[in-house]
Amino acid sequence: MSVALRRALLAVVGLVFLLPIVAMVEFTLRSPSGTGYGLDHWAAILDPERERSYRNLFEGVGNSLTLAVLTAALVLVLLVPTMVLVSLRYPRLMRVLEFVCIVPITVPAIVLVVGLAPVYGVVVRVAGGGTWTLALAYGVTVLPFAFRALQTDLSASNLGTLTEAARTLGASWPRVLTTVIVPTLRRGILAATFITVAVVLGEYTIASLLNRVNLQTALVQVSRSDPYAAVIFALLALLFAFTLLLLIGRVGTARAAGVPTAAPADPAASASALAAAAPPPSPTTSSKAAR
Amino acid sequence: MSSATLIDETAPAATRSAGAVPARSRVRIPAWLGLTPFAAYVLAFLAVPCLLALGSGFLDADGAVTLDNLTVLGEPAVQSAFLASFAVSGITALVGAVVGAAVCWGLTALRPDGAVRSVIDSVSSVLAQFGGVMLAFAFIATIGIQGLFTRILLDTLGVDIFAGGVWLYQVPGLLLPYIYFQVPLMVITFMPAVAGLKPQWSEAVATLGGTWWNHFVSVVLPVLAPSFLGCLLLLFANAFSSYATAAALISQGAQIVPLQIRAALVSETVLGRANVAGALALGMVVVMAVLMVLYSALQRRTERWQR
Repeated sequence: MSVALRRALLAVVGLVFLLPIVAMVEFTLRSPSGTGYGLDHWAAILDPERERSYRNLFEGVGNSLTLAVLTAALVLVLLVPTMVLVSLRYPRLMRVLEFVCIVPITVPAIVLVVGLAPVYGVVVRVAGGGTWTLALAYGVTVLPFAFRALQTDLSASNLGTLTEAARTLGASWPRVLTTVIVPTLRRGILAATFITVAVVLGEYTIASLLNRVNLQTALVQVSRSDPYAAVIFALLALLFAFTLLLLIGRVGTARAAGVPTAAPADPAASASALAAAAPPPSPTTSSKAAR
Repeated sequence: MSSATLIDETAPAATRSAGAVPARSRVRIPAWLGLTPFAAYVLAFLAVPCLLALGSGFLDADGAVTLDNLTVLGEPAVQSAFLASFAVSGITALVGAVVGAAVCWGLTALRPDGAVRSVIDSVSSVLAQFGGVMLAFAFIATIGIQGLFTRILLDTLGVDIFAGGVWLYQVPGLLLPYIYFQVPLMVITFMPAVAGLKPQWSEAVATLGGTWWNHFVSVVLPVLAPSFLGCLLLLFANAFSSYATAAALISQGAQIVPLQIRAALVSETVLGRANVAGALALGMVVVMAVLMVLYSALQRRTERWQR
């Protein structure tokens, strides 16, 4: 079939999908008087006099950013050493680890939150009711994404040989970790981090039903009184998530071009953790071919 | 911290194999201890919540085992919520799968490592997985009462899309936003299968004197069918389990299952009906489990063509 027809199809679907985004931009540019357009609503966000009405929103943004950093740190500290240990010493357990990491896809967040409510009863007693404790729950929800991102990188690298070489040359294990393992997996770690940040910034279900304030719950609350501010922040958040995922894609492309033996860190593969129930798709295949 | 210690445990084995450094005489901590932080975390925040969510459906307010909560699954309101959820998931999965598959076919006209492709990949990921509440806002701005599209239709064509009532904040209003995240998800999950179609196959058909249609019916369809069905199930599961978009659009009532759970969680203490949320969660997980088992069965068939 002709290339032109396929491109035309993409253009049509692309335009239809652009419509809601354009509508969001148009909505935020409407002038408060009801006729014409202006930047009034955008200016109002930064207006010190209106600061009080947006306090909740800014608190939500702050909380979400903190949670994103904490969740990324938590997931990396727990998952990277575990995956490295399993792949080096217990390769048979990889299937088990993969299964565990994929379970959060089968269990919807709305179901998980039913069981998290009593767990958080305990968490609040032990660690207090701070918003940061949500990072513990978010770590679980990002597991499939993070696992997939790291797995792509891990299966494409000869970590076993590299660590053995480092050990033969007399490197201690902490040194191997910092100078061999982390640099080798840096693209996977970066992809896992970005995806974690994007997921956490978009999370609503758990925060809302556990009565915590994050970006999304604040957006819903603000939208009742000031829909313009809500749409502006939603646009910015979507743009931010898009940038993060675009960077993952670019990192992957840079790698594919620069290091011939490594697999391209396919952004779609790492992002489509929903498809993670399947074994690694094309990237691993292509890496084998490259080797 | 834990990472450094857990790696350290594996030292003796590696040194022995290297044979350069004599084994140190100290108490060896087994390497599997390195797995415990992750295991403990997953136990506390994944296994326990899952068991509590599903188990609480079988407990009454005093903690005694009962099957009474499960009768809630037979209530007309809950059954109609399940039906509505199935309808929304089914319709949006079907539309999303067909449109998404068409987009995948369109994407084969682009260079896989080109800039346009990576923008489309990133946009797909954002819309498919991180939109939630924000997609609800996007549709309020588009086809809400004051939305851009609503106003254009009313001003230029005199068509009032809400003539029969404001359906955006009801179950029908979920369809468009859901399709908006189903299509990108289809693109992400179906693309590997489409990319796995080998040009040699169409060349082989052409060499044997076959037409484009022969190639499509005898090669493309059989190869892609399992993957397409698998993605259809995945999309269904995705719509069935999503909550944020619906919660942001529908603030009153509980017309679909996730909103029933919200209502049960919020009003649990008020109505004195303990653990109804658990019974509803159980119902959802049963549906999800069936979908996922079917999905992985289909996925195994799909892989054969992706090697």
